[in-house]
Amino acid sequence: AFPKRVKVVEVGPRDGLQNEKNVVPTPVKINLINMLSETGLQVIEATSFVSPKWVPQMADHTEVMQGINKLPGVSYPVLTPNLKGFQAAVAAGAKEVSIFGAASELFTKKNINCSIEESLERFDEVMTAARAASIPVRGYVSCVLGCPYEGKISAAKVAEVSKKMYSMGCYEISLGDTIGIGTPGSMKEMLTAVMKEVPVGALAVHCHDTYGQALANILVALQMGVSVVDASVAGLGGCPYAQGASGNVATEDLVYMLNGLGIHTGVDLQKLMDTGTFICNALNRRTNSKVSQASCRL
Amino acid sequence: ESQASGLPEYIKIVEVGPRDGLQNEKVIVPTDIKIELINRLSKTGLPAIEVTSFVSSKWVPQMADHKEVMRGIERHPGVQYPVLTPNLQGFHSAIAAGATEVSVFGAASESFSKMNINCSIEESIEKFEEVAKSARNMNIPVRGYVSCALGCPYEGNIIPAKVAEVSKRLYSMGCYEISLGDTIGVGTPGSMKRMLEAVMKEIPLSALAVHCHDTYGQALANILTAIQMGVAVVDSSVAGLGGCPYAKGATGNVATEDVIYMLNGLGINTGVNLCAVMEAGNFICAALNKKTNSKVAQASFNNGTI
Repeated sequence: AFPKRVKVVEVGPRDGLQNEKNVVPTPVKINLINMLSETGLQVIEATSFVSPKWVPQMADHTEVMQGINKLPGVSYPVLTPNLKGFQAAVAAGAKEVSIFGAASELFTKKNINCSIEESLERFDEVMTAARAASIPVRGYVSCVLGCPYEGKISAAKVAEVSKKMYSMGCYEISLGDTIGIGTPGSMKEMLTAVMKEVPVGALAVHCHDTYGQALANILVALQMGVSVVDASVAGLGGCPYAQGASGNVATEDLVYMLNGLGIHTGVDLQKLMDTGTFICNALNRRTNSKVSQASCRL
Repeated sequence: ESQASGLPEYIKIVEVGPRDGLQNEKVIVPTDIKIELINRLSKTGLPAIEVTSFVSSKWVPQMADHKEVMRGIERHPGVQYPVLTPNLQGFHSAIAAGATEVSVFGAASESFSKMNINCSIEESIEKFEEVAKSARNMNIPVRGYVSCALGCPYEGNIIPAKVAEVSKRLYSMGCYEISLGDTIGVGTPGSMKRMLEAVMKEIPLSALAVHCHDTYGQALANILTAIQMGVAVVDSSVAGLGGCPYAKGATGNVATEDVIYMLNGLGINTGVNLCAVMEAGNFICAALNKKTNSKVAQASFNNGTI
């Protein structure tokens, strides 16, 4: 049986834009987030408090955070890779933050130049500060169904890292198929292992559609009781590990499927599509959402 | 309760790229390219490849070279090469050209039937019965398609009972397999499940196939739902050839590569070599001067790894 309600976590403005080539002006980012706020989405990942040296797209994090309309009932989490980022985020008005772990040692080394253990120690500082400020923290685990460097990732390792992040105080763990190579088979195996350590109510899936498997993988996760799904409007965000390939699953296509299953999301699909049209025009690119492509009468 | 156990051990992939795929591509493909494509597909392990359509070239110019294609392809042992035959005339022409399996196309929507082949569902069934009768006399297997199984571009919602009714008519006249087509790709796992439940009351599971279009990105999720219910035959098109004639610019058929990738990941045997299919896809896309619709192909060729 499927969950009756699913919480859709919109990651377009952060994960999506971060993986788009064109740098988007601040007013466009703000308008994107404001439009998303009107669609009924409950969670919109707004930006990332990382050094602009590493992620130029997110250099305007403070302006974006301060510039957006914050609708009551909508959460605007931001990425905070370390204590410094956390403090900047809170100063800019953030009320929820996210931290990014990984189930692969090599990925962690290449991505943030330390081991998994060391990254968790850094996050501990953030957790302590967040707890003191009553700020909820969402934890991400990358490479849960495979790693661009290590290849296969054991389900047990994913469960281990998830458990650690949950025990540290993350209220939710988003399991990311970072390079989209997972299939319903590997998704099931991974979730079975993780669900032994973390309650299903605290789990989310973050599927990439690089191999076209995202909706099938999400379907399996839903069948196993997961009720939080990450997605990106218009499928923004390519895959940095496979040139020209797609990345995030499109929110429109996800909502279309959930609607068809009679699962409540609270999201207005038409408004979502309109938002996708807006940001694609601003980026001068075609949408990655098939629902949008099919619905467009151009 | 595990949803994934109870999956078939083997799934037959029916490759429809050379017919359904090319028929819905704008560029007319030269005969020798069609033959080359089919010959390459024959070497991938695919058990069934829909070759062409014996319809009037006035209606479907892309398939005007049906005789030449049928006669020109290599016929690999163990591979079926079905062709579409909308009526008795087409059937005879197909047999004369060497066809050893044919397909007929019904629809679960009266409006679609009228718009597509200018007759009611009942009238079309009568035509197919003529074909089925001749085919039976000649020991030629007939595959039946039911279009608009999850929705119609004209009528919108299609009730599962209607799909079951049309499927039953085709099965009763002697079709060995019924391929249920989500013609405009509007279906979701919810509507797929309801439709299959209705059809499975009338047709044995082993005689069912699903033909999903990816116009709304739902194809793999819909196929997964079908195979979880025990369906073991899946239609697909190399490189996702074939756009949707009802939504300009939108995609159509699900890509064979993406289906095989999913089935491989589920440990389901198909007998098909994914790399070989990708190479065939690469070939036809170059010939058509277009990008592949297969995400697996996009990710693999750009990555340099497969």
